[in-house]
Amino acid sequence: MTAGTPAVDLVEQRPSRYLLDRAGVLGPLLLLPTVVYIVALVGVPLVLAILYSLSDVTVGDQSLDFVGLRNFGDAIGNATFRQALRNTFVFTLVSQVAVLVLANILALVLSADFKGKRLVRFLVLLPWTTPIALGALGWLWTLDNVYSPIDFVLRRLGLLGIGSPLGQRWEGTNALWLAWPDLAQLTVLTVHVWRTLPLATVILLAGLTAIPQDVKDAANVDGAGFFRQLVWIRIPLLLPIMAVAVLYGIVFTFTDMTVVFIVTRGGPVDSTQVLASWAYFRGIEGGSLGQGAAIALFLFPVLVGVAAMMLRLARRTETV
Amino acid sequence: MAVVEVRGLTKRFDGTGAAAVDGIDIASRDGEFLVLLGPSGCGKTTLLRMIGGLEPPTAGDILIGGRVVTDLPPRARQIAMVFQSYALYPHMSVKDNIAFPLKAANMPKAAQQERIAWAAGILGIDHLLGRKPRQLSGGQRQRVALARALVREPNVFLLDEPLSNLDAQRRASARDELQQFQRRVATTTIYVTHDQVEAMGMGDRIAVMEQGHIRQLGPPQEIYDEPADTFVATFVGSPPMNLVPDPAAGDLLGFRPEHFQPAAADGVNGAARFPFHVHRMEYLGAERLLYGEVGEAKVIARFPVTVPIPVEPGATAEFAVPLRHLKRFDAKTGLRRPARSVS
Repeated sequence: MTAGTPAVDLVEQRPSRYLLDRAGVLGPLLLLPTVVYIVALVGVPLVLAILYSLSDVTVGDQSLDFVGLRNFGDAIGNATFRQALRNTFVFTLVSQVAVLVLANILALVLSADFKGKRLVRFLVLLPWTTPIALGALGWLWTLDNVYSPIDFVLRRLGLLGIGSPLGQRWEGTNALWLAWPDLAQLTVLTVHVWRTLPLATVILLAGLTAIPQDVKDAANVDGAGFFRQLVWIRIPLLLPIMAVAVLYGIVFTFTDMTVVFIVTRGGPVDSTQVLASWAYFRGIEGGSLGQGAAIALFLFPVLVGVAAMMLRLARRTETV
Repeated sequence: MAVVEVRGLTKRFDGTGAAAVDGIDIASRDGEFLVLLGPSGCGKTTLLRMIGGLEPPTAGDILIGGRVVTDLPPRARQIAMVFQSYALYPHMSVKDNIAFPLKAANMPKAAQQERIAWAAGILGIDHLLGRKPRQLSGGQRQRVALARALVREPNVFLLDEPLSNLDAQRRASARDELQQFQRRVATTTIYVTHDQVEAMGMGDRIAVMEQGHIRQLGPPQEIYDEPADTFVATFVGSPPMNLVPDPAAGDLLGFRPEHFQPAAADGVNGAARFPFHVHRMEYLGAERLLYGEVGEAKVIARFPVTVPIPVEPGATAEFAVPLRHLKRFDAKTGLRRPARSVS
């Protein structure tokens, strides 16, 4: 505005024109979509699940008749539920321990300089970018009871078929990965590791590159060799970021039903059933919504714990 | 105690044609405080890192205590290094930081305690041993870094701009402490800085570097009074040495601002006279600077506050430089010419 323009112009403009410049107005406005999203897609279903779990609602009869904790009692009384509960914890814990070890090794390798590093990084990341359902289908075909390419390789190596050095079970023409309970469980575990390893690796890689070069140089000059630097410097400095990777892995694995649903459908004889898949089979396919909701709610305490730990980690990184 | 020597040391980084360090030969003296001084990008830090074993040289050799260490890893060189960032281990207490080199050397626990107490005592950080690095001030961190370097009693200290993260006031006292510390432990020290005040104030000798070469090596006074070329002349000293073309010989004449005084104040004989056109005066408390021109060349004159200035900005006056303070440089190569009389 030039000096000659009368100041009256400013006065005549309505104050409402600057409404969006006020933090008290703009802030809530920007937050609104998130609030709507969380309430509609997280809050409402959660409340519904709690209501369902306390009632006898089924697909056929949708009236909510209060039955107390009967659904929970019935769930616990069921052997398949107990198997699913055990599987959920075992799959999550074992796969995350394996991921932690493998991701540390992979991240160390990928942080080094070598030819073709970008290609290898890309390949390592692939499983994470693949939709879970597609990846699981790939595994389903790879482990097919008749046409499995793994079986083909094992046969060629002489590990599968009559006279196999691995024992009697391996003397058939096929390993039947998805037909033996223990092999099916191992399969589910492997798919979970395969799926969560890339993200953990990328997170740890970021953590590794965040360690200042000066600190590594200082450790070098101070006389620490590779393994001492690893144990005394790198791993301790990576711990917070490892926790982040593990918490993500826990959430993905603990709540996942796609892998089990596609690869084993919980079988054979419910040996790979997890809480999420069992809730689905009981609640949706079995039509007993109240039962399904009660089973699914068993995931809740662990997820609340994980969420709390994530928030604590986030707060700690904020204060440092 | 050891002498550090490099022979024909060269470093070329991949992809860049120019050498960061270009065939340098230099040897320290035993127990000496040797400063590598130069602008950023002159190769001083690369040279230090090669001596430390953190950067493999492209060519040449490094000797510590008469032993060739060129191909040895850092931990085999019996050196200690202090970094610009101090590079303390953030997850360890001060005590564990200082203990780190001892643990890496498999020293028994009891002996470790003794050495930690000794190093912490020398640097006056006994009361900080339980703290984490993030709970320390810049000056305290620097002392912890020094204690960590000292604790192993290395043959050589390598210091990479250890004072540049301190504020100006703290830096002056840290200079003093660091020099006293070095005198006391009498360990050969190589100190990298771009700050000429640090170099002049602390170094036994200064190596002035530019573009991967050492331009001059000598005690601070020699570097200041007898610069080997125009780069050293203008890099060391603040404000820098004035350079004025001498049309008669095609040379450059160099003189320090403090030697550029009104002609009347000096005898007519034994001084070179210049017409000085003054543009402006800068008042700096203890001294004043006169900015102006001699012919085409920009020239600065420095006056202590106790001396009256006989000329106003905008005027031209006759100034002179005593002949013994007049340095002559080759206008093409920038190299110093042997002294001879000025007409």
